[in-house]
Formats: sequence, structure tokens, C-alpha cells
Amino acid sequence: MSVVALSPGYTGEIKDRVENFHGKQLLFIGWEDHLMYCAPMCIPVPPDLPFGALIAEIIPGLYAAHPDTAKIDWSRVVWLRSGEAFAPDAAKSLTDNGLGHKALLRFRTPGLDGINGSCS
Amino acid sequence: MNTPLAGKRPKTLSLKENYALLTRGLGWNTTYEPMDEVFPQDKFEGIKIHDWNKWEDPFRLTMDAYWKYQGEKERKLYAIIDAFQQNNGQFNVSDARYINTLKLFLTGVSPLEYAAHRGFAMAGRNFRGAGASIAAQMQAIDELRHAQTQAHTISHYNKFFNGLHDYMHMYDRVWYLSVPKSYFEDAMTAGPFEFVTAISFSFEYVLTNLLFMPFMSGAAFNGDMATVTFGFSAQSDESRHMTLGLEVVKFILEQDPGNIPIVQRWLDKWFWRGYRLLTLVAMMMDYMLPKRVMSWGEAWEMYFEQNGGALFNDLSRYGIRMPKYHEVATKEKDRLSHDAWGAFYNYTHAAVFHTWMPEDSEMKWLSEKYPKTFDKLYRPRFEFWREQQQKGQRFYNNTLPMLCQICQVPMFFTEPDDPTKICYRESDYRDNKFHFCSDGCKDIFDHEPEKYVQSWLPVHQIYQGNCFRPGTDPSVPGFDPLLEVLHYYGFHVGEDGGEYQDSPDRKNWELWTGKPGAAA
Repeated sequence: MSVVALSPGYTGEIKDRVENFHGKQLLFIGWEDHLMYCAPMCIPVPPDLPFGALIAEIIPGLYAAHPDTAKIDWSRVVWLRSGEAFAPDAAKSLTDNGLGHKALLRFRTPGLDGINGSCS
Repeated sequence: MNTPLAGKRPKTLSLKENYALLTRGLGWNTTYEPMDEVFPQDKFEGIKIHDWNKWEDPFRLTMDAYWKYQGEKERKLYAIIDAFQQNNGQFNVSDARYINTLKLFLTGVSPLEYAAHRGFAMAGRNFRGAGASIAAQMQAIDELRHAQTQAHTISHYNKFFNGLHDYMHMYDRVWYLSVPKSYFEDAMTAGPFEFVTAISFSFEYVLTNLLFMPFMSGAAFNGDMATVTFGFSAQSDESRHMTLGLEVVKFILEQDPGNIPIVQRWLDKWFWRGYRLLTLVAMMMDYMLPKRVMSWGEAWEMYFEQNGGALFNDLSRYGIRMPKYHEVATKEKDRLSHDAWGAFYNYTHAAVFHTWMPEDSEMKWLSEKYPKTFDKLYRPRFEFWREQQQKGQRFYNNTLPMLCQICQVPMFFTEPDDPTKICYRESDYRDNKFHFCSDGCKDIFDHEPEKYVQSWLPVHQIYQGNCFRPGTDPSVPGFDPLLEVLHYYGFHVGEDGGEYQDSPDRKNWELWTGKPGAAA
């Protein structure tokens, strides 16, 4: 059952279709064990953005105020795509890395566990 | 019309006769049009009613009694508000931080009263039983009165403090106000039986003590006699609404055994939606009241674990069990308020009320009330923020958060069994991904995805360019999209929201009262 409705066969308009974002798509980014930034971020990105740009520019900028940000060793980072571990190719685009519209990208930074180890 | 005959006194009806005429005598079965076409909305939800006459309003309220009681309450309320204003009562509250609870109430709760007025008016139209219809119409009038008395009471504060100037405009636009708005619109766009189960039972009966009590006793503890008074004025209506909520559900359950699984699903859904909405109340209780009444954790234990448990025990004879995921809510009780306050601290520059870090004495209270979580998980974060602020680097989060598709709260909730890990859930539907903060919210989506693919998520709407004022040109050099969004919200940027310590509200309070703006 997809909805309890007055008219049979009722369907709804998907409000957040990728076509509504002017050529961009949404990417959700969450840093594990770092809850000072209270929730995962939502940013609009071009689908052909190289994954490497996330590491080099975008993610450090998003978390600029966190004391752990400068200490991240990107070679040791564990990446999760919709909760599953995966090995992104920095030279390839988000699309080629399997990160489509409204993809969820999480990363864990071994050895870094937030302010005074509190996962903040 | 009962025009009196000359020389004869009109017969006075007993209350019982009066009520019977109102709720049964005024109903009739239509003959020109089939009843199903006159009342097209009371069958599609699958609820079967065999005998509308079994509906009994426990209060048997009649119109003349209703006008009399409400009129008396209005006279008392407005007399007290007058006295409050003439005596500058706004300066007798604990300190100016307290006013932020009123900002939250006026923008987040008063519009729900108005929405409830509309919702009950619609339910009153859509029930074919006259008793149910009359009860819904009376509640519709109550709710309109509540919206009005709240606006009248709080408008006095608008003369002295920021952030109270345009609450209905904000309710339809601001990112965190989409949480209460979407909650109510979800109920109003369901059928009339789901609406009354959601609002009359799941909210008014099961959860309202966790909304109304904290705001009204918070007002009393913090010296806000005006708010206490509208609270009292609404309280007798609230008890009537609560009783009605229980009667509604019992009536539906007794009419047909097929109704039981439908009602149980609604109870599961609306418990969870109502509980997520109460996140705002949790942080108000633990962080926004300068003088605290009780902690959120204690309120949850008293009003849900004990009272709610007893209620669902009573309902078990109908085949109803406790709402799904109630145990998750109980696991979250030591974290909810801290996570929520932290989130508003992140984004307070985009809110219409101020946030601040608790003082030492308040951190001590939090440690005592939350021995399992506060010192371990939250104190380090809060002390870091306080240090940053003292260095002139007050922390703000400048990136928009990911939202839950159902409750629309930023995804700050943690795993039920691990308070250090964000709880992520997702579903794929029609080639799109949808994300949720909890199993409770994911279940709601998975049951009716066609409804919730339409959610108006503020963050996504901003990125689609739908949250600017008409005529805004995003292509001009130096365009600041987030600043434009705040203008669209109707905020007075630099006055509303942001850090309390730096706010005009605090400066004015100290100037006008000579009292400190916050406890030491």
C-alpha cells in the first residue's frame, strides 16, 4: 500500500527530484564520532565533481572550526556509502564513485574521536 | 424558532434534553443526495462505524453552557493581562533568557492551535454522526480561542523584545518551524478518523502533559504571570479535549474489530511523530528556563513511562498495545535535550530566538539530572564552545544540515544503543533515496511513500532557490544566499537569533531593569 487516499491510484510529486537543483545534486556528508557539528551536512554539488575535491577543499571547509580537522590523515580515512565501506577513486567523479543524488557519504577518521575523546 | 406564546413562559430544557436535541435532534439522513456523497471522507480510511448514536460526549456540553463558561474565562484573562501590562510585568521574569521560551511557543505552538482549529472544523464537517460533529466543532472554537489569547498575551512582550514580530509568516517558512507545521499538516491531510486519533488521542491525551505543563509551570516558576493566566484559561478546555480523545478512540475500537489494526498503526505513527515534536520542549525545559521546573528525563518518566503505561494497560482489553518504539524514546531521554540544544547552538544565527551556553551552576544541575550522559558526552563539547566564545570565536555551523524526510528535524539523533553514533536509516523509492532519523520515521515513510515524497524540506527548498523574496536576483555579485533566506523568513538580522550574550535583548534587559541578563 503506497498511500491511503480518497482516489484510487493516487500518486505524489517527488519534491526533491534531481532536475529541481539546477544541474547540481545533493550530497550528505557525516563525520563519524564528531558530533560538535550536530548533524550530517547537506550540500549541492556538480555530479562530475572529482571525489578528490571533497578531500582537498570541501570537507575541510565544512568542518573548519573543529580542532580535529587539521589532524585528519586522509590516507587512513574509512569511507562509507549508505553505510557500506567502499574505496573511492579520488580522480573519478562522484557519479563514477557511485554517489548519485541524495547519496550519503560518511567518513571515519581512525585515531580521532572528538573533543577530549567525547565523540564531540 | 421557539417564539414564546403570549402569556406563557417558554419551557426550560434540562441539560440532558438540551444536549440530546443539539447532537441528535439536529442530525438527519439526507434524501435528495446519498449520505455517502454528502459525507465522502468518512469511509476511505477503512474505519467502520455501525452506530453513530453510540457516540457519547462525556461533557455533554451545550452551546449556552459553552458560551457562558468561555465568556467568564475571557473576562478574567483580559483583566489580568491589563494589570500585567500596566505593572510592566515583563520585567519581573527571571531574566531575559526566559523570553526565548515565549518566542519558541509563539512561533512553534500558537500556530498549531490555529491549525487545530482548522483541522477540527474539517473533522466536524466530515463526520456523519451529529454527536461527533458537534464535539469537533466545539473543539475547533476552543482552538481558535487559544490561538487568539496566546497572541494577545505574548504581543505585549513584542513591545520590548526581539523575535516576536511575525510568527505566522515565519511558521510557513522557517526551517525548524517546518517540524510542527509538517506534523500538523500530515494529520490534516489524512482522513477525519486518523486526524482525531492523531490529535485528540495521541497528542491531546497521551502527550499534551509534556507540552503544556512544562511551558505553563515554566512560566509560573519564572515569574511570567501573563502566560500562566492564558495557560489556566486553556486548561479546562485541555482537560475536555483529553477526555474526548480517549472517548474517540474507545468509540472507534468498539464499533468494529476491523478497526483495531488500523487504529494501532495510527497510534504507532502518531506517538512517534508527537514524540519527535516534543524534542523542542525537551530543550526548552533543560536549557531555556532560567529557573527549571523538572528535567525532561523526569517529565518523561512521570508523564509517559508511568501515566502512559497505565493508559495502555487499560486499552489492552481492546487489543491495543503500547506504541511501537516507545522504548527508543525512553532510551533517548538522557540525550534528547542536550542534542537539540547543541543543534540550535550550531544554527542559532538562523533561528528567531537566542541560544547560550549554560552557566557553571546550570552545568552542575545538568550533571545531577543526567549522571549517565552529561559529563561524558556533552560537557566537553559545551566547555569547548564556551572557551571559543570567550576568545571571541563563538561557534556557528555555516552549512545546512541533513533533515529527516518525515519529522524534518536535522539528523542529530543517535543510535538507540549508542549515543556516539548518528542514527541513519534510508529507503529507495521510485529511483530516489530518502533518509530518516529513526526506525519510527522510516516505518511511516515505507507505509505511505506517495505522501511523504512530497515533504517540503526547508534545506532542499533553499537549494532549489525557492526561499528568496520575490524579485531577488541570485546572479548579482556578492549575493549571499543564506542572508537572503533570513530576509525571506522575515527576521531582523542582527537582532533576532544569534548568541544571547551579544544580543540587544540582553543589553536592553540590563539597561531597563538593572538586573543581570543571566544567572552567574
